[in-house]
Amino acid sequence: MSVLIFIDQSEGHIKKSSLEALTYGAELAAQLGTSAEAIVLGEVKDDLAALGKQGVKKIHQVNNSALNHLDAQVYTKAIAEAVAATGAKVVVFSHNISGKAIAPRLSAKLKAAMVAGAVGLPNTSNGFVVKKNVFSGKAFANLSLNTDIKIISLNPNSFHITNGDGVAEVAPLSVTVDAPKVKVTAVNKVTGEVPLSEAELVVSAGRGLKGPENWGMIEEMAHLLHAATACSRAVADAGWRPHHEHVGQTGLAIAPNLYIAIGISGAIQHLAGVNRSKVIVVINKDPEAPFFKAADYGIVGDAFEVVPKMNAAIKKLKGIA
Amino acid sequence: MKILVCISKTPDTTAKIAFTDNNTKFAPDGVQWIINPYDEWYALVRAIELKEKDASTAIHLVTVGAADAEPIIRKALALGGDEAIRVNADSHDSFYIASQIAEVAKQGGYDLVFTGKETIDYNGSSIGGMVAELLDLPYVSLATKFELNGITATITREIEGGEEVCEVSLPVAVSCQKGMAEARIPNMRGIMAARTKPLKVVEPVAVDALTSVVSFELPPAKAGVKLVSPDTPEELVRLLHEEAKVI
Ligand SMILES: Cc1cc2nc3c(=O)[nH]c(=O)nc-3n(C[C@H](O)[C@H](O)[C@H](O)COP(=O)(O)OP(=O)(O)OC[C@H]3O[C@@H](n4cnc5c(N)ncnc54)[C@H](O)[C@@H]3O)c2cc1C
Ligand SMILES: Nc1ncnc2c1ncn2[C@@H]1O[C@H](COP(=O)(O)O)[C@@H](O)[C@H]1O
Repeated sequence: MSVLIFIDQSEGHIKKSSLEALTYGAELAAQLGTSAEAIVLGEVKDDLAALGKQGVKKIHQVNNSALNHLDAQVYTKAIAEAVAATGAKVVVFSHNISGKAIAPRLSAKLKAAMVAGAVGLPNTSNGFVVKKNVFSGKAFANLSLNTDIKIISLNPNSFHITNGDGVAEVAPLSVTVDAPKVKVTAVNKVTGEVPLSEAELVVSAGRGLKGPENWGMIEEMAHLLHAATACSRAVADAGWRPHHEHVGQTGLAIAPNLYIAIGISGAIQHLAGVNRSKVIVVINKDPEAPFFKAADYGIVGDAFEVVPKMNAAIKKLKGIA
Repeated sequence: MKILVCISKTPDTTAKIAFTDNNTKFAPDGVQWIINPYDEWYALVRAIELKEKDASTAIHLVTVGAADAEPIIRKALALGGDEAIRVNADSHDSFYIASQIAEVAKQGGYDLVFTGKETIDYNGSSIGGMVAELLDLPYVSLATKFELNGITATITREIEGGEEVCEVSLPVAVSCQKGMAEARIPNMRGIMAARTKPLKVVEPVAVDALTSVVSFELPPAKAGVKLVSPDTPEELVRLLHEEAKVI
């Protein structure tokens, strides 16, 4: 009757979203009066036992290089066998890139009810009801999971990470590992930058900046804050910024702790990608810009005057001369 | 080559989101319905581009929905699908919908199954993966590029902080997002042709839904923006540090 958490790795490193999933799974196990175990596939470089800090007691590892890259079909079969071996009744994923590929497959394979994009722990007072994000951040649905085995895919950045002092037992697990049919031939990572999908702080700018040559102050702010940079679609379409920075309905949906929007009007399609951010700051010279309605803090002013002053204040705060 | 493109109907991106019947149903009043953008701009248009390269390609569309989904499917036909299948069922459970699509796919024997990356109303990102599992096909999700060489597909997919190129032999299921293609507008000839293209209605197979929606809720209203004078941006930095505690 345990809770089984999927630990996601990339190039041998555990993703931050998995630490959230582990904490969530451990708290869920406590709520259900059972224990939390985890599974990790592929070769791992990080210290797995240290993941006990997030409350998990035992980690099953399938240490097989054939699993280093995601093939959802192969992963699903392996995880399904782990579910059977551990007798897990709830399986927890992060609703990140891997989770979106594997969790639904596992749901179909086990005929297990699944919630995609959970934002909190289930309400178990009457059944098993989980709140999820719907309408691109504009509403929530309370979804009842009506099967014996349940799958929860947790929205990234919607749950805290605990740091206790537990140490997890790491044990090898033997499951079927099919030869992958999806063969990865190249990996192109944007190096040296904070990846937008995982960033806690994001500095974003729009057409109000007039041209690509004015992004220096945006990059400086991002650098000072260790933030990722993002942009509106208008900016990506104009070729001022790379497409992977485009957030919104048609770009990336993000939920950082802080989203600073500079010279962006706040069109509804833009908001759809950022409205789950915890704190939104808007800098726009137009007091009527719709973004102010979605903002927590704002300055009505010219970005070219405000941003350099903010950068100076951030430097002072961080003790940078 | 036979491609199945999964088409869903969603409220327009600017639609006001409200609920009725004790917050158990989406309020459709005044809402304009569109083809889910990812299904239209990326999955369908990429399929059309593949057909433009190889005229022997057949593009079939499938939607699981009530009769009110027909204008959407006609628009998809006008863009360039060859024929459409509507499974006559209204359900919001992903597994139920995926099971219906899988059934259609089994009957048709497709080389490629394209879905959008997610619906903009339900935000499941689930149905493509479920269909792939039900058909026992490999699944490449969040694809940004798709090229075909014989029966080998070269697909670029998103990963955290970058992208990955992979190769897979057909048949395969792919979920499509930005990068795959550019949005198109249906032309007059397409619209005329769509009127006579076959749109078959089939009854659903018996499947139990695994989930049910208990209620919807709107997020709590924001407290309102706290404005700082443009003359003192350092005050904003102080608030973010001391009050919001985010920097
Ligand atoms: C179906 C659909 C999907 C879409 N998807 C997306 C999406 O995913 N993401 C997205 O971003 N957009 C999307 N859009 C486009 C969206 O509707 C807007 O057109 C776009 O977000 C506008 O970008 P912007 O705010 O940078 O530019 P603008 O709307 O031109 O706004 C520029 C803002 O900068 C301000 N400004 C000007 N000068 C200054 C200055 N010196 N200092 C401070 N402020 C200044 C102006 O007051 C204005 O508010 C979509 C549109 C459609 C129809
Ligand atoms: N009712 C439906 N009929 C046909 N295809 C659908 C339906 N719902 C979703 N899909 C497809 O599945 C994709 C993912 O949907 P979802 O899992 O709901 O986010 C969509 O982009 C569509 O391509």
